Amino acid sequence: MTKIIRYLKSLTLNEIRKGLFLTQKYFFKRKFTVRYPEEKTPKSPRFRGLHALRRYPNGEERCIACKLCEAVCPAAAITIDSDVREDGSRRTTKYEIDLFKCIYCGFCEESCPVDSIVETDIHEYHFESKGKNVMTKEQLLAIGDMYEEQIAGARQQDAKYR
Amino acid sequence: MIETLKFLIFDNLIYILAIVIGVILTVAYLTYFERKVIAFMHARMGPNRVGPWGLLQPFADVLKLLTKEIIFPKNANKFLFLIAPIITLATAFAAWAVVPFQDGWVLADINAGLVYVLAMTSLGVYGVIIAGWASNSKYALLGALRSAAQIVSYEIAMGFALVGVLVAAGTLNLSDIVRAQEGGIVNWYVWPLFPLFIIYYISGVAETNRAPFDVAEGESEIVAGFHVEYSGAAFALFFLGEYANMIIISALTAIMFLGGWFSPFPGDSWIAQPSIFWFLAKTSIFLYAFFWFRASLPRYRYDQIMRLGWKVFIPITIVWIMVVAVMKVYHIGPWWN
Repeated sequence: MTKIIRYLKSLTLNEIRKGLFLTQKYFFKRKFTVRYPEEKTPKSPRFRGLHALRRYPNGEERCIACKLCEAVCPAAAITIDSDVREDGSRRTTKYEIDLFKCIYCGFCEESCPVDSIVETDIHEYHFESKGKNVMTKEQLLAIGDMYEEQIAGARQQDAKYR
Repeated sequence: MIETLKFLIFDNLIYILAIVIGVILTVAYLTYFERKVIAFMHARMGPNRVGPWGLLQPFADVLKLLTKEIIFPKNANKFLFLIAPIITLATAFAAWAVVPFQDGWVLADINAGLVYVLAMTSLGVYGVIIAGWASNSKYALLGALRSAAQIVSYEIAMGFALVGVLVAAGTLNLSDIVRAQEGGIVNWYVWPLFPLFIIYYISGVAETNRAPFDVAEGESEIVAGFHVEYSGAAFALFFLGEYANMIIISALTAIMFLGGWFSPFPGDSWIAQPSIFWFLAKTSIFLYAFFWFRASLPRYRYDQIMRLGWKVFIPITIVWIMVVAVMKVYHIGPWWN
């Protein structure tokens, strides 16, 4: 008896009809696509994107060339040279991040004792020629200056969980 | 001489051009339609970047394909390699000659239209086989073998389904087959020939190598099957041929089972008049079903395809031809009394 029922079911394309009605139902459902450049998904304040070097409000750069970030970087993407400045403080003479090596793990930011190196939430950037993937100290500081408000805001939002 | 020339140009060439350009444009927008339908069933958007709602996407695709290089594989037979897509396309277009779009709107009103269509759609398999052979590639050869076996098997079921129509209508002329179904939805052959209708359409899907019968392409197992070595314009021809075949299968299903150009509810209002509009609407339903299947069903295993063709479809069609013949001869049932 069950065999006959099975025969009839397959003869009337029962399973296939079920499948077809399911896909037809999805045809009218709301679409999940985000039309990217026009629409964007929300980003967490912890988003790890392009790097930046921050300054204190008085304009002094935060980085003290402790090289903790260089040491912790698992991809060895950070290169730092340091020297003594005229006023006797230790500062970097060279601070470079190779963005092709960087895996955006955020360890540099976590290791930084003075909150100097940070990862901003900028993720829409590109390089147009070979070698541009290495961010110099000037570029990183410029990014920090440009987006300081947003960087500080994100850190403020996340502060209570740190 | 002048008379013949006039006849050739004004009575044939213009119609041929109209049909061919119409089919090509339909194919172009069919690809767009396919991508949209499948995307919607996946809860995606589909192409929406080129032009408003992505409506210019087909032209972008065509331009890209035509500007690409045709690469000849090493040791490939160049003549066969080039002739294969042409065969596929030519047979797909040639079948349109006997399709009646409306009463009297048919290029060649020959009395063996059904046989001609069957011949043209089965000749298309030569394109696939030659392409697979000439490519000198194992994937292409495997795809061609699968396709050959599959099309030959389903051809029989398809032919038997058409025999049912032939018995019911008593004519091979496609226009006369449509005229025999005049008088509203109840007179359409889809009711007395329902199993044949289902089998014809499924065999048509198998015949055009579309999902879930796309083992000849099988992109997940044999890359792209018979046209794996084709690129640029040659690939575009295969693509065009495949989609033209899909349209012709849909059109034939509409003609033979859904009463072609007749409206389902005959009446006096303008919409109920028999017109090309009804023919195109019915064709579109089946075209939609092609994509619906593709979005819903996984590919059949190869032995399952063979089993379905030989052990399910052919017996059912034979039995139903008997039933139709008995109903017709002894004037039984609601249709032939």
